[in-house]
Amino acid sequence: MAFNVAEQETGAGLAGSAYPAAATEPAGQAARALSGRFETGRKVLIRFLPVLAAAGTLSVHLYVPNEQTFAINEEYRKVLAVLLALNVVFFGVSLVPSKLKDWLGENAPLVAAALSLLAIWDLITLKLGLLPLPYFPGPDKVLGALLEDWKLIGTSAFYSLRLLFTGYLFGAAAGLVTGTLMGWSKRWHYWVSPVMKGIGPVPATAWIPLAMVIFPTSFQASSFLVALAVWFPVTVMTGSGIANVRNAFFEVARTLGANERYLIFRVAIPAAFPTIFVGLFMGLGASFLVLIVAEMIGVKAGLGWYISWVQGWAEYAKVYACLGVIALIFSSVIALLFKFRDRALVWQKGLIKW
Amino acid sequence: MVSSATAVAYTETPATSGAISVRNVRRVFVNASGEETVALERVNLEIQPGEMVSLLGPSGCGKSTLMRIIAGLDQPGEGEVVLDGVPITGPHHERGLVFQDPTLFSWLTVKGNVSFGLKARGIKEIAREVDDYIRLVGLEGFQNAYPHQLSGGMAQRVALARALVNHPKVLLLDEPLGALDAFTRMQMQDEILRIWEDRGTTMVFVTHDVDEAIYMSDRIIVMTPRPGKIQEIIEVRLSRPRARNHPDFFLIRSKILEILHFAGEIRENYYL
Repeated sequence: MAFNVAEQETGAGLAGSAYPAAATEPAGQAARALSGRFETGRKVLIRFLPVLAAAGTLSVHLYVPNEQTFAINEEYRKVLAVLLALNVVFFGVSLVPSKLKDWLGENAPLVAAALSLLAIWDLITLKLGLLPLPYFPGPDKVLGALLEDWKLIGTSAFYSLRLLFTGYLFGAAAGLVTGTLMGWSKRWHYWVSPVMKGIGPVPATAWIPLAMVIFPTSFQASSFLVALAVWFPVTVMTGSGIANVRNAFFEVARTLGANERYLIFRVAIPAAFPTIFVGLFMGLGASFLVLIVAEMIGVKAGLGWYISWVQGWAEYAKVYACLGVIALIFSSVIALLFKFRDRALVWQKGLIKW
Repeated sequence: MVSSATAVAYTETPATSGAISVRNVRRVFVNASGEETVALERVNLEIQPGEMVSLLGPSGCGKSTLMRIIAGLDQPGEGEVVLDGVPITGPHHERGLVFQDPTLFSWLTVKGNVSFGLKARGIKEIAREVDDYIRLVGLEGFQNAYPHQLSGGMAQRVALARALVNHPKVLLLDEPLGALDAFTRMQMQDEILRIWEDRGTTMVFVTHDVDEAIYMSDRIIVMTPRPGKIQEIIEVRLSRPRARNHPDFFLIRSKILEILHFAGEIRENYYL
């Protein structure tokens, strides 16, 4: 890894003087050495950007006078100071070739931009008061809300995840079964596809009133709704994936001695998995939506419930804190699904990265 | 090529098994608008155990249809195909099949592909046998490669090993080398011959390459289209191993081309 980086930098230096005529002259060589040093300097500067951004954001927060007169959360400046210190350390470490250096070389502009966004947010809210309160609190207040209410947010996250996994597992399993049956057998396709075509497109949230009545607990009702939202795309994609598996695969497998069961589980499903995964991914997106809406309307727990609860108290800082937690959790769940996909689909080339 | 064939522990197929007899087979395809195409018109053919037979002819002559019927993937409208006295009703692992497209299971490694037949039949203790067959086709070191990482020739070797690991009585090869370049093709012809000589398996292969048919087969079944039927059966009485540039080779070649009306007319004398 380290060797690669060194090579890259030399490579960049050489590329800077790609003119053969110039390269043969001593002056050209000097220019090349200069441009090589310049390239390196530019790269160092890029890796230094996060430090500048963190320092800037901290100074904005400390030295620009406040327009909003509410109490300022003291923790925010500490967090900014820690961020600045971390970035200084990272930059120092990245002077020597390492994995961190590669990562920083790639992502330093993004980190710097994220830190600058904090400063802009700080400026238009706390510092200049351009946006009305209580709807748009500054970053310090959102941080304060998170620190104050993390226990309740954590409990809510636990309930949401429990609901998500229950619903998703049931929905995905049911979708895999019905999809496989539909893709495999004409008779099942005949009977199941009208049901799927009729019920599938109805947004799962539209069933909320009915589900609340049918199921004894709101947890069961909302699990059902999440499952329903997952079931539809998984069924459709599994069915079409299996129906589109090349017939030659089945013919070869049959001449090799495979029976029908073996054909389904060892040929049809693995061959259709790339398509099935699309269904699992779409189902996950749908399940997030249903989850939050169901919690806002019927369930008395979870992140969706938390948002509508604190909104009722006009505590918008807590709304933003919760949104941040939702973003973090849901994108981690998607990352987990893609990890699973990467493992299951090592045989495929050119996969989309998450 | 690597000749490590001796390493394979064969369960010798006795030379008496693998006799195919095609009796009065007729196959008609009907398209959507009700038009009928006669793919095979009353075909009769006896293939001896351990024989290497090629089905040769232009496209549409029914050679692939006949092959699919022997494999059990297609049913004749009339007539029957019998293997060692037993009528063929469907696909069976005793009749291995290799297509022009290797059709490797893309989600399985080379090893997974070769062991597919044994696993499908519920056979345990397969590791050694699978390794032996991977070696037989010269792919040791590629056990864990996925199909997309293999060249066309390598993929076809895997397909061959995958069919052979089941110890089929008959190996059916449907234009197995059609998609390979000329040199890989000649190399693979020798490999298949080597395996055939080692194992004594009956082999039937479809080709539209006249030279390939002469180089490899004991008998060439020359077929003609509309309706698909056997035009003539040519015995290739050349000793093995065969030389592609032997004068007799050319004699057989010109005879076949005449049967198929592709010989052309000599309008003037050529001088080298």
